[in-house]
Amino acid sequence: MPAPSQNTSRRDIALAALAGITPTPGVSKPDPIIVADHVVRKFGGLTAVNVSHLEIQRGAITALIGPNGAGKTTFFNLLTGFDQVNEGSWSFNGVKISGTPPHKVARMGMVRTFQLTKALYRLTVIDNMRLAATKQKGESILRAALPFLWNAQEKAATARSEELLTRFKLIDKRDDFAAALSGGQRKLLEMARALMVEPELVMLDEPMAGVNPALKQSLLGHIKDLREDGMTVLFVEHDMDMVRDISDWVIVMAQGVIVAEGPPNIVMRDKAVIDAYLGAHHDSTLEQDRG
Amino acid sequence: MDFIFIAQQSFSAALGVNTIIFALAAIGLNMHFGYTGLLNFGQAGFLAVGAYSVATLVVSFNFPLWAALLAGILNSVILALLLGLPTLRLRADYLAIVTIAAAEIIRQIARSATFNKYLGGSDGITGKFGKDFFALNPFKSGLNTPFLRYNGNDLWVVVTGWALVIVVLFVMWLLVRSPWGRVLKSIREDEEAVRSLGKNVYLYKMQSLIIGGIVGSFAGFVYALSRQSVQPDNYGTALTFFAYTVLILGGAARVFAPIAGSIIFWFLLVFIEQMLRQAVSAGYIPEWLIGVNQVGQIRFMLVGLGLMMLMIFRPQGIFGDRKELALDARA
Ligand SMILES: Nc1ncnc2c1ncn2[C@@H]1O[C@H](COP(=O)(O)OP(=O)(O)OP(=O)(O)O)[C@@H](O)[C@H]1O
Ligand SMILES: [Mg+2]
Repeated sequence: MPAPSQNTSRRDIALAALAGITPTPGVSKPDPIIVADHVVRKFGGLTAVNVSHLEIQRGAITALIGPNGAGKTTFFNLLTGFDQVNEGSWSFNGVKISGTPPHKVARMGMVRTFQLTKALYRLTVIDNMRLAATKQKGESILRAALPFLWNAQEKAATARSEELLTRFKLIDKRDDFAAALSGGQRKLLEMARALMVEPELVMLDEPMAGVNPALKQSLLGHIKDLREDGMTVLFVEHDMDMVRDISDWVIVMAQGVIVAEGPPNIVMRDKAVIDAYLGAHHDSTLEQDRG
Repeated sequence: MDFIFIAQQSFSAALGVNTIIFALAAIGLNMHFGYTGLLNFGQAGFLAVGAYSVATLVVSFNFPLWAALLAGILNSVILALLLGLPTLRLRADYLAIVTIAAAEIIRQIARSATFNKYLGGSDGITGKFGKDFFALNPFKSGLNTPFLRYNGNDLWVVVTGWALVIVVLFVMWLLVRSPWGRVLKSIREDEEAVRSLGKNVYLYKMQSLIIGGIVGSFAGFVYALSRQSVQPDNYGTALTFFAYTVLILGGAARVFAPIAGSIIFWFLLVFIEQMLRQAVSAGYIPEWLIGVNQVGQIRFMLVGLGLMMLMIFRPQGIFGDRKELALDARA
């Protein structure tokens, strides 16, 4: 990946790469990190996900939006191996990963967070972070009882954890149990923890839900930083201001199907999108958009 | 009332063979339940496998004792694999059902007439299978002090048993404070979160089941050797539940909890029994209220009552952290 020069940010690179792509569902991207084909997931009679073709551009921030029950979370679960498809396949970095168990998906560099936050309650905040460090020697049963084999690595993991906790304004909570954090702080912790894995692709399921406006601003900054650090971000969000603010590309899902995709300013004026949203429930931010 | 005798009996029990057996059984459960959140309700099965491996292999197959002990460890690993392979991918409750059933199956096999020749049926196996072990005993004359009293063989079992407990506990302590232990604790909290961070949860759960099972088989070794006999009905579900009692009494997910829990449990059991017995025979408690023959049952009732009080007033156990327990409610 080329390092950004003095005055071209990764954002510009991403936007340049995506410029001129026809905003139609399933359109090809110049450098996709994820390519999915005919992904179908049914729950009884309900088809929760039915994606015929989708590509996610590397190095960009892509938003996945759609009304409640559109299938966004289910799609995340499928891509990361937490749920099994009825049909379809997808690849990550050109390697087919459909059917791969979740821990292997994560090790390949594709890490997700959960809509319902999963903090490890009876572990301290710092232990939540350290857990996520990769390739830990001390996690092997054969070496666990011999601390001198992993002490140095543990120190490095602690230092990195503290760095991230500082960035996410959680360093004061370092030694508290994760259960003692507020809902918004848990969201932050989960995101910081995901970054400990040093992923190439970060998938965030509603990172802003329950986060106060001031914190939202800094969280937006963090997500933009991820892109500047060379990561690809795919996120689900209902907060349209946020989507407009940070995404380079927007994908719209309704009833399991991708109904539109394109740059935010174009997609959010699309009739299909407005119908999808307003068909399900009235979203004020989109209504304003229409006006 | 002979208080010296009561004290001697109670303290000897507090540090005695049963305390060691239940401490080991509970250390294994602590690995399963306390740290990993695995609901193993068949710890008695691991004890039975350890105990019967020693007795059967030495008595019926003429194994040297050390080889029988090694085989016992191997067998407990096999049992852990049999229990874990089909269930550890499923929800937590499946392991509970399978383990409780497996432990009963093991007991029924041990009592069955079919294997009478090797396993001794419902009478079990009695024999000198511990003679290699007792041949090493340097304390043939035993111990007789106002507070502790053991015969020669028991003293040897107590000394080696506590040495074993200390070694096992030290290894446990090293393990649970390592990154490996951190993964186990995280699995207890939320498996999916751990998976999402790239850890093979299934593998860790299996390792935990195996290690806790091996420690359970150690308890079986002590059980068999201390009595020089094994009886199938000693390995019923009650044994598993007493081991849980000991663990919860001490405080789950605390390294020293099983020892403290076991000491307190056996001290109370014997103390209450001796007090009642003496009070009845001295006439302080009228015969129509409690007969001498009822003391054995009543002590369990009283200990049960005590445990209920503990759960109400100190639900986190002796060593547990109330704050930590409260977190559960919030989560
Ligand atoms: N485990 C399940 N069993 C049955 N139906 C399910 C299951 N999970 C999801 N569904 C259904 O699949 C559909 C898609 O759900 P999903 O959670 O993916 O929606 P979503 O787009 O993430 O919605 P939201 O914005 O509310 O989070 C819904 O109709 C839901 O009821
Ligand atoms: Mg969702």
